[in-house]
Amino acid sequence: MLEIRGIYKSYEVQPLLQNIFFLVGTGETICLLGPSGSGKSTFLRMIAGLESPDAGQILWDGNDLASTPSHLRDFGLVFQDYALFPHLNVFDNVSFGLKMKHWKSNEIKTRVVEVLELVNLRGFDLREVTDLSGGEQQRVALARALAPRPRLLMFDEPLGALDRALREDLLNELRGILHRTQIPAIYVTHDQDEAFTIADRVLLLHKGQIVQAGTPADVWSRPNSVWVAQFLGLGNVVEGKIVNGNKVETRVGIFSIMCDRQHRTGEIVHLLVRPLEAENEANQIRRHVADVIFQQDRFKVTLDNGLYFYLKDEPKIGQMLEIKVKMECLQ
Amino acid sequence: MKSMTSRRILLWLAPLAFLGILFFYPFFRILAFGLNFNTLKSNNLQLAFHVLLFTFYQASLSTLLTLLIGLPSAYLFAHFDFHGKSLLRALTTVPFMLPTVVVAAGFNALLGPRGWINLTFMHLFSLSNPPIQFVSTLGAILLAHVFYNTTIVIRIVSNALSRLDPKLEQAARSLGANERRVWWNVTLPMLRPSILAASLLVFLFDFTSFGVILLLGGPTFATLEVEIYIQALQMLNLPVAALLAFIQLLCTLAFSILYTRISTRVTVQSAPRSAYQHKANNIREKVFVLAFCVLLFTFFIFPMLALPLRSVTRLAADRGQQTQVHYGLTTDYYTELFINRRNSLFYVPPINAALNSLGYAGATVILSLLLGFPAASALAKPGFFEKFLDPILILPLGASAVTLALGFIIAFGRLLISPWLVPLAHTLVALPFVIRALQPAIASIPDRLRQAATTLGASPLHVWQNVDWPILSRATLSAATFAFTISLGEFGATLLLARPDYPTIPIAIYNFLSQPGDLNYGQAMAMATLLMALTTAGILFIEKQRLPGMGEF
Repeated sequence: MLEIRGIYKSYEVQPLLQNIFFLVGTGETICLLGPSGSGKSTFLRMIAGLESPDAGQILWDGNDLASTPSHLRDFGLVFQDYALFPHLNVFDNVSFGLKMKHWKSNEIKTRVVEVLELVNLRGFDLREVTDLSGGEQQRVALARALAPRPRLLMFDEPLGALDRALREDLLNELRGILHRTQIPAIYVTHDQDEAFTIADRVLLLHKGQIVQAGTPADVWSRPNSVWVAQFLGLGNVVEGKIVNGNKVETRVGIFSIMCDRQHRTGEIVHLLVRPLEAENEANQIRRHVADVIFQQDRFKVTLDNGLYFYLKDEPKIGQMLEIKVKMECLQ
Repeated sequence: MKSMTSRRILLWLAPLAFLGILFFYPFFRILAFGLNFNTLKSNNLQLAFHVLLFTFYQASLSTLLTLLIGLPSAYLFAHFDFHGKSLLRALTTVPFMLPTVVVAAGFNALLGPRGWINLTFMHLFSLSNPPIQFVSTLGAILLAHVFYNTTIVIRIVSNALSRLDPKLEQAARSLGANERRVWWNVTLPMLRPSILAASLLVFLFDFTSFGVILLLGGPTFATLEVEIYIQALQMLNLPVAALLAFIQLLCTLAFSILYTRISTRVTVQSAPRSAYQHKANNIREKVFVLAFCVLLFTFFIFPMLALPLRSVTRLAADRGQQTQVHYGLTTDYYTELFINRRNSLFYVPPINAALNSLGYAGATVILSLLLGFPAASALAKPGFFEKFLDPILILPLGASAVTLALGFIIAFGRLLISPWLVPLAHTLVALPFVIRALQPAIASIPDRLRQAATTLGASPLHVWQNVDWPILSRATLSAATFAFTISLGEFGATLLLARPDYPTIPIAIYNFLSQPGDLNYGQAMAMATLLMALTTAGILFIEKQRLPGMGEF
């Protein structure tokens, strides 16, 4: 089990990561989700032992890894641009880690065939890695990391360089492989679709801090800040002022809210207005349609007050629209 | 951050110490020696002015002639597709790296008093004296310079030409410009920076040329380089030599700066390389291609062919019986290399010279790799320091070999007894080439590759063994070959620094060439042939290792 305790790291006096705590259990896949520049990659490299934290501990089964050099940690790392060895063919790339562990050559052969099969690259042994497509290269990189049976697998935006369809396929395969092998994994990405597909637990990283953690469903249904709601693109975020108990006044109207905690009158709150029409809601918005964009299975409709919604049927621009909405309280 | 800085300092320590002691210290000694009231006298300055004038004169003339051959050749290579093109290209490239003694010996074998052409004429017309006076003329110097440097013009200009976007010329045509106007108003202006850069580089090489002028021109044609040598070793007038060396350094520095400025303007457009090339399809083009192919082929193959042929042919026209020439193939000149015929104290058999050369070359390879690796590693990931240190490393390239050697003599006069100064000087000359050969290869290994190996369980040693070395080995081999061939053929610095009892191959060739008699001449030819074979093999090897897309100069 991997345990991260109070990691702190600065870069040119600016704090890059601060106060990071979390656990990765057996068979669990954790996803670090955050915009570029949020320190995700640096963090992975610290776990891998390629960089050291300014403060805090990284433990494996309770043992501090600070004095364990990178090559003895037994943590596999898959890079965004694969980092395959250009002078070695597929077999030699995949068997690299096994040779480092002094496996016997017949065991190496069996294992390479096994992992190549696992990543759907049967028979690719003798190909040059420079001749492979992006997706194939990524599979080789994955096979290479899997081959020595690492205690932990780490992925640094592994699908960032691939096109969308390929990304989805590979993601599903990866999910299957992680599930079957039960290797704990940390997956770093800025793409929420990827994160929600692969992760058992998502950690949202913002300005070097974990701002929210939970299962994908948790995070999706209960965003705990304006930043999370906006970063995940959950819907319209509206600022409002509490006027009277559970009533809130905003620039788009006065609504009633249900909130976990009581608010004082006059307090400023932020509301999330999800872009889907809600059933059985008292809150209603009545505005003219300003813009309609066709989006395959739905229409993105923008009203003249700036709020947007997804509708099944196409309204006309200028038409008056009545939409029932749920007002969720953020923070 | 801190550890990075200390690592950089560690990397730079040896190369900078080496340059400091062996380049900058001697350089300042030259300054101190050459620039004082005793040397800055009117007769010295007059001599300097005279020599400088001639140096400029011959360099300008050589450059013009080189352009005359080089520009049409560049056009030929950029525009046309013909049989034997790659062979012709290789043929024009090889001379650039041949040792000066080999080129001098080659021209001597072709046009010298004992060369093929003169002997043929003497035989045909029963002449008693060689009819063509080639050696010791300005023509010989110019011809050898053109032979050396045409490849520079071809490479730089044909590269620029073939990268010009043909759409620009098509656009000009569609706007109503005829062929000539397109050339004058579109093509030529876009080529100007590369032509200028090529000319400057050629001029720089002609300006600092030493071996060619000494061996083919003789002492009457004293350029700065030759005069430094004469003043230092024959007149034993070190202060005047230092004054001349200072002028030389100023000039080369100015040209180098100018060259760097211009070469940054040589823009690289990424039009497909072969977009332009086609077979000659009208009579005018066919004549042009054929004429230039023949011209280039003859010009480049004859001196290189004359030399080895002459080394196995007895064509002696001995004194007294000049009309009677003995013919025949012979290996005498080669077997003679292993015999010490004159039991003189100062005579060193050629085989010893060869052994010295190999020893010096080996030492140069080791030294320049030991110094080149850390410097190239630091330069591969340039930081704050490297912006300043990069040009410093290249400086010795601008200083001529003779100047470097003069600096050694002035700075370490007492140490001259040590034969070690020769490989040190060779290392100084070879180091910039070694660094340039290693740096792109080191830079081509991304850190992530090493990190990937590390996370797969490779210790730092294993990372070096399995990742760095396999990728670097090719570049290291070509860097080593560079150092080896440079050391093997180095003439200028060696002539000033080598002790008489430790000559190298080029020095031995020089000695043989300057002594009378057919046997001496033949031995010079034989040694030069061996040296040519060795260096040509080295050059071809480096060319083969060159990664695609790497810089030309």
